[in-house]
Amino acid sequence: MKSKNKIRPNFSLSKRVDQVGVIERTDRFKTRSIKTESKVEDLKTVLSMIDLTTLEGADTENKVRQLCTKAMHLHENYSDLPTVAAVCVYPTLVKVAKESLKGSGVKVASVATAFPAGQSTLEVKIADTKYAVDNGADEIDMVISRGKFHEGEYNFVFDEIATIKEACGKARLKVILETGELGTFDAVRRVSDIAMYAGADFIKTSTGKISPAATMPVVLCMLEAIRDYYFETGRMVGMKPAGGISTAKSALHYLVMVKEVMGEDWLNNHWFRFGASRLANDVLMQLVKQKTGNYQSSDYFSID
Amino acid sequence: MRLEVLKTYKIYIGGKFPRTESGRYYKLKVANKTIANVCQCSRKDFREAVVVARKAQEGWNEKSAFNRSQILYRIAEILEGRKTQFIEEMQLMGISKSVAEKEVVFSVDRLVYFAGWCDKYQQVFSGVNPVASSHFNFSVNEPMGVIVSFAPESSPLLGLVSVIAAQISGGNSSVVLASEKYPLTAITFAEVLNSSDVPGGVVNILTGFRKELVEHFSTHMDVNAIVYCGTDKKEIELIQKNAATNMKRVSIYADKEVLADEFENPYEILKLQEVKTTWHPIEKIGGASPSY
Repeated sequence: MKSKNKIRPNFSLSKRVDQVGVIERTDRFKTRSIKTESKVEDLKTVLSMIDLTTLEGADTENKVRQLCTKAMHLHENYSDLPTVAAVCVYPTLVKVAKESLKGSGVKVASVATAFPAGQSTLEVKIADTKYAVDNGADEIDMVISRGKFHEGEYNFVFDEIATIKEACGKARLKVILETGELGTFDAVRRVSDIAMYAGADFIKTSTGKISPAATMPVVLCMLEAIRDYYFETGRMVGMKPAGGISTAKSALHYLVMVKEVMGEDWLNNHWFRFGASRLANDVLMQLVKQKTGNYQSSDYFSID
Repeated sequence: MRLEVLKTYKIYIGGKFPRTESGRYYKLKVANKTIANVCQCSRKDFREAVVVARKAQEGWNEKSAFNRSQILYRIAEILEGRKTQFIEEMQLMGISKSVAEKEVVFSVDRLVYFAGWCDKYQQVFSGVNPVASSHFNFSVNEPMGVIVSFAPESSPLLGLVSVIAAQISGGNSSVVLASEKYPLTAITFAEVLNSSDVPGGVVNILTGFRKELVEHFSTHMDVNAIVYCGTDKKEIELIQKNAATNMKRVSIYADKEVLADEFENPYEILKLQEVKTTWHPIEKIGGASPSY
């Protein structure tokens, strides 16, 4: 296995996180005021960073087609809007999404590795991943084995991520930490380190099935891990908060945080994404509000 | 000697009492003496209020009509028990005791009146319609949704209570701007609402300047109807024009119409209802005429 050759620091020695400091710092990001033209530009940036997501047991092919249409045409009455970054679906629906998005530049992301619990054998997880990639997924969102992590089996978690990374081939790998099940900031930091050293292209907070999902303190903690890893190795890793970000205002707070902690380089959809289903409409409502001056109603925006 | 304990009058949004996000206030003066600092709400406070009102409306409408009736009656009960507090507060705002007493008593009665109608207006105003085809055709009233109102300027309590009672008894949620001159009792009434099982967000009470907020109240796309009490021609024209953006229903009242006994009629509930008509196919057997 290639993972044998990877640098593998002692993850027990991962940096510890100052909980009070992290929370206070994120509170300060929320006090910035972004208005008028800057707000419009930022909102468009937010739209371009969205992974429009549907991960329900009740998903149908037509639901996915409808979501893809939304991804490409966010709001017909508003010119020069970007498309979203990607559409995120289950492996069985990758094919449909790929066909619907053909030629649009919108990527297809697929969850894999027995999402959302990740309680399955490695063989199943590899097969799951390969199936998604073979059907045309550009990005794979995998879940880690949280149980093994809590048992202290860091090498198991590391090897699993490295193996899935191999199975991904050219597809970019996002590793979902499921921070809601990790419990402490120290654990979040440690898993972030494990994932990045094992080859993750992105680290992602949550599946969206567990609450709490993405919160600003947790994301700050992960961003700092990415920054430290970058200084250590020179390799950039992306960040994707997912779940619970549903308002344009909170999305802007995240942009402020990325800009301040990571700098301009991370401020694009190659390195930063929002996993969200409801966020897009709220951003669109804000954009139309900026244009017309009137507060908007969800009655006038497509249901998704 | 005891230190004076003065009350901070805040606003009522989503079952909570926040200060205005703008941090602004105006001094409420009676005979040149400041008696309280009152929140001067901004359009953002209004936006917050509409968001929570929209969320609360569905749950409020899903409650059984009888339960809504009980809750309205409960408001009346609690208000009755706090009569003296309201009378004193009105006197503080420069209203004579006899007028204040009437204002409170009438408010309680009005709540009881509309409480009674909660589970009755549907049967009275819904109906089965005669149609020529073989359909069972019936119409029912449904609440419009989020209603915003400018409470009568000349009344400290009765105007506000009347406007709110007519709206929420029909399953709507409500955002009201209190009288500029008499805001204190409006906020104290919010405390009554808060302790009467009215779910947070169903009624939201703001204080501030009508002149400043009229534009925002009337342009908001997520507002279904607007109730204006007053006679300012320019404001009325502005509201009517802005309401066209999303076809808000507009009701205009002179203050005295809301305060009069005649306001106690079920058509006030009906004014903020939409009629839904359903066509249900029925089988026609052997040329027998449909029973409706």
